[in-house]
Amino acid sequence: MTGFEIIINNLPVLTVVIPLIAGFLTTITGWIDRRLCWYWVMLTMFVVVLITSSNLLTVINSGTIYYHLGGWMPPFGIEYVIDLLNGFVCLIIAFIGLMVAIYSKESVKKELPGKTIPFYSIFLLLITGLMGMTITGDIFNFYVFLEISSLTAYALIAMGDRGDGLVASFNYLIMGTVAASFILLGIGYLYAVTGTLNMADMQNILPDIYGSKVVLAALAFFMAGFSIKIGLFPLHAWLPDAYTHAPSTASALIAGLMTKVGAYAMIRFMFSVFTPAFVIDMTRTAEILTWAAALAIIMGSVFAIAQSDIKRMLAYSSISQIGYILLGVGLVNVIGMQGGLLHILNHAFMKCALFLVAGAIFYRTGIRNIYQFQGLGKKMPVTTLVFLIAALSMIGVPGTVGFTSKWYLALGSIEAGQWIFVLVILASSLLNVAYFWRIFDNIWFGNPHEKEHIKRDEAPLTMLVPMVILAFLCIFFGFFAYYPLHYILEPLSNTLLGIMP
Amino acid sequence: MTGIMDIVYAEYNYWIYVALMMIGFYAMIAKKNLVKKVIGANIFQTAIFLFYISLSDITGGTAPIIVHGDHAAEVIYTNPVPHVLILTAIVVAVSTTAVALALIIRIYDEYGSLDEDVILAARRNLQPEFSEYARQKEVDT
Repeated sequence: MTGFEIIINNLPVLTVVIPLIAGFLTTITGWIDRRLCWYWVMLTMFVVVLITSSNLLTVINSGTIYYHLGGWMPPFGIEYVIDLLNGFVCLIIAFIGLMVAIYSKESVKKELPGKTIPFYSIFLLLITGLMGMTITGDIFNFYVFLEISSLTAYALIAMGDRGDGLVASFNYLIMGTVAASFILLGIGYLYAVTGTLNMADMQNILPDIYGSKVVLAALAFFMAGFSIKIGLFPLHAWLPDAYTHAPSTASALIAGLMTKVGAYAMIRFMFSVFTPAFVIDMTRTAEILTWAAALAIIMGSVFAIAQSDIKRMLAYSSISQIGYILLGVGLVNVIGMQGGLLHILNHAFMKCALFLVAGAIFYRTGIRNIYQFQGLGKKMPVTTLVFLIAALSMIGVPGTVGFTSKWYLALGSIEAGQWIFVLVILASSLLNVAYFWRIFDNIWFGNPHEKEHIKRDEAPLTMLVPMVILAFLCIFFGFFAYYPLHYILEPLSNTLLGIMP
Repeated sequence: MTGIMDIVYAEYNYWIYVALMMIGFYAMIAKKNLVKKVIGANIFQTAIFLFYISLSDITGGTAPIIVHGDHAAEVIYTNPVPHVLILTAIVVAVSTTAVALALIIRIYDEYGSLDEDVILAARRNLQPEFSEYARQKEVDT
């Protein structure tokens, strides 16, 4: 076997191994020259994007990839399974990671002087954790990667605002530990009754013992744990502080990815460890989830209106967007599911772009209070334009990607006969307009306090490029949402819900 | 009197794990001192480890090392998988504790206290945006 063939055969595991090894090598790279770190991380992320795209293409063309670590056959060995769902999520992780990596150069230099090497090292380890959580087909392996991603996220958040960042990180750590312990306990319960750790194997064994209280308790532990991890409304207390006080780059990465991967994990456990019949009919988990999601959608938006710090506002908006994803999943019909899954993609693009803009504004002016944004429209035209596009997409204006997913969610709600969710989506869109309008108003129409001519002072090129790409994609997928929907999300929703098309 | 006492005696290992877990959970939620919260987290995690370990035990079972000889067929082995899993989980718990303690040291440097209420009060006074916003309001009115 040639070297090339070995690489091709091991692509699934390389998505995890490459960022892991590169994360540790970052220390050596930084030791040679601090400035090399950025190129190194960019190169790594670029390679990961290539690998994940290749994986996704293989899955689309020839079906699910099964990879056995070390040649051990499941259910004894650890298995990596790439189907449409995690191929799709992996590509999003890699792509957002690349964008944030490009952006990070100037931001890290200014916000984290002297911490460049640890920052980039932890950055890659976070990507490793998220990739591993997504790609693995073994629930204990999943737990380990969950903890890798959580620990690195705590460290990244702690690097942020002096004092506040530390407290935010500590609170997140306590909440995250509770969540992870619940998940570990759930895994223990399922292992106790099935004797296996492989997800596919477990799904085969579980239906016979669905009556068991142990299985019900495991489901409850999983749902509670994941709800904390993704910041579902009443359990969101850690999220606003963590997103607000993290360094700009880390906020964009964590806001863009962490909760999305959590939502992925929830979907995976609901539909690939348990079966749709169990979560829909036998326990009505899905129905409860839709109501919790509706509450999150409204409350997140209401809280967002009250904020004056832009990052805190975006954090509350994240809580409401997570609601959209879960609403789509909980509706358990193909259209709603497509809307929810498409919203994973959208929200990663939109929220990442918005946090990057907030970071760029902070980089140039040092301002995060939205009442001081007057005159920014003249000072940073491109940055504010990106903000406008991403915000419009968040509101769901036709022609942007946010519209498509909200449309599908509304259609899904109607199909499920739940008209109230259509109202919730509509109300939340109006609330979105309300909180983004305050910012538009200040950026373009507010009178700056000083009357002198405002000089154009745009963010550096390395910051502009990823922001513009993300804004472009928000519009691109607004017009060409057909491709992800037709090739990935529709077959995927059918498979998840167990419907033969 | 077979009911309750039998359940308690027969599965006392699970009761111990439930009690420990609740003690840890309570400490994480209710204690004001940050170090005590971490101790609570440790108790919580240890309780889960005990649950896994007691899960793997079989009455009369021995360590899962293959026995050779005449009676090889009669030997009952305990399940080694939970032990292996918990070995990994212990490593994770230790790293979580390490990160938490590192954060606590920095928080103590910053605020001079480990008490949640004191830190919260200090943050309220220090918050630059809050005070700036308040100043702005005063200027406006």
